[in-house]
Amino acid sequence: MVSRSALAWAACFAVLLALAIPWFLWRSDTLVAGLPVWLWWHVAWMGVTAAAFAAFARRDWGLFVEVGQR
Amino acid sequence: MTGGSLVELGVVTVYMLVALAVGLVAYRVTDRSAEDYYLAGRGLGTGVLLFTTFATLLSAFTFFAGPNIAYANGPEWILVMGLMDGVLFGLLWYFLGYRQWLLGKANGYVTLGEMLGDRFGSRGLRGLVAGVSIFWLFPYVMLQQIGAGEALVGLTGGAVPYWAGAGLITLFMVVYVAISGMRGVAWTDTLQGVFMLGITWVAFLWVATEIAGTGGGLAGALPAEFRALGGGAYSPQWMLSQAIGIAVGVSMFPQVNQRFFVADSERTLKRTFAIWPLLVVLLFVPAFLMGAWANGVGLALPAGENIVPILLNEYTPGWFAALVVAGALAAMMSSSDSMLLSGSSYFTRDIYRPFVNADASDRREDVLGRVGVAVFAIAAFGGSLLRPGSLLEVGSTAFGGFAQLAPPVALAMYWRRTTKAGMFAGIAGTQAFYLATVFGPTVTLGGVPVIASSYFGWFAQVVGLVLGLVLTVGVSAVTTPATTENPSTYVDALRAD
Repeated sequence: MVSRSALAWAACFAVLLALAIPWFLWRSDTLVAGLPVWLWWHVAWMGVTAAAFAAFARRDWGLFVEVGQR
Repeated sequence: MTGGSLVELGVVTVYMLVALAVGLVAYRVTDRSAEDYYLAGRGLGTGVLLFTTFATLLSAFTFFAGPNIAYANGPEWILVMGLMDGVLFGLLWYFLGYRQWLLGKANGYVTLGEMLGDRFGSRGLRGLVAGVSIFWLFPYVMLQQIGAGEALVGLTGGAVPYWAGAGLITLFMVVYVAISGMRGVAWTDTLQGVFMLGITWVAFLWVATEIAGTGGGLAGALPAEFRALGGGAYSPQWMLSQAIGIAVGVSMFPQVNQRFFVADSERTLKRTFAIWPLLVVLLFVPAFLMGAWANGVGLALPAGENIVPILLNEYTPGWFAALVVAGALAAMMSSSDSMLLSGSSYFTRDIYRPFVNADASDRREDVLGRVGVAVFAIAAFGGSLLRPGSLLEVGSTAFGGFAQLAPPVALAMYWRRTTKAGMFAGIAGTQAFYLATVFGPTVTLGGVPVIASSYFGWFAQVVGLVLGLVLTVGVSAVTTPATTENPSTYVDALRAD
């Protein structure tokens, strides 16, 4: 039986992958402080990714990889 | 020779001397076992592991090829790198890397081939993985030597001929890698990585300040087409194919894959995993924005040159541009040395020992590993002088070739029902497919591409990943495990405490 935290992390990783490129800003040419808005998204998203990875490492490290942990 | 090229030569010389000194220290603290020579005794901490992987991964791409792409096509390449290295490679680092680390620690594996050969009880599989890896690695090393040789020619204004430049760099790397092993390589990479990151930010802030002071400001330095996400070369399929193909390929590149084995503790792996995306932002955003700005401010890029040095020469003093170019040259060398070391370990452990001399002592293997580095490097040097066209093409398509190994390897580690026959089918089948798409004629069937470089915008290497899954799973499902197979080798090593 797959645990709730396994499902939650699988969903989290999927979202991190899916929005690493901000598809919803496709063809947007808005500039913020001289740089494209999608570039700011990238900077923020890498921060979010790092935070998520850190939380995963702290709380659920070993999930999916070690046998017997669910 | 100009003042700038004197600075460059000076920096390159200092780099080589520091690397040699580090190598000597590393030699003194490395014992004569393969595990210590190739894997630094599985003892690298967070900072060193982070930077040695980073420096190995990036090479001169950050300063040269990457910004050139941003210059030509727009800064969207930053997003490709974010998905590729920030998220995908991070996850591969955990799912493949952490599992490999556990298996390596429990069973003493030094190479990927060794790990698979043990699980499937197959010397042939071990040799196949090593053979495929060396096939793609060798021409790739050759390309690095060609690049470094040409850079030296450029630096000295032709005073040093190409053969001497490439030869000098080869000689340096052979001596240094043969002496130092993984520990010295990793230490040098760390110095190199910190230097690279620092100098990138100085360059970026310098150029940004200069451009912001002009009439158009920073916004004016981005051409209209570059501001909008997508368009031009950047289709969704193209961006995803690049990100997936390269991230997966990187994980199977011997010098990166072997780094999955070297962490000193779980804590190191956890920290590296979390810091990874931050490093990606810190390095690529400034480096590639510089490439895009160079286009906006109207700088020309002559064929065969790189845009970052041109941009720096426009906005910063000559000595500073020289410093960056020298840093890039050092980066090129620090990637090549890791490749030499890993190539040598694949050869001695997975080909020489199992097939030629099974009884080789540890002492003999240690000597052989160092000789292997020299043979590999000198052969690649020979190749870089002759430059056979087909070998150059193999080198430039190496990422795709390595990527094909990933699906069978991942299945072997995660799916107990994987069989030896399934592994052979998955590896040999996808290699044959990918080689056919690179070298073979285009074949279509009723308008649908069968053998082609592009499948409705998706690259052949990504299609090959799916094929690898299908072949490995399909053949495993219809075959029974050979009596020599031993799935429990993996399971026992992976039990949570």
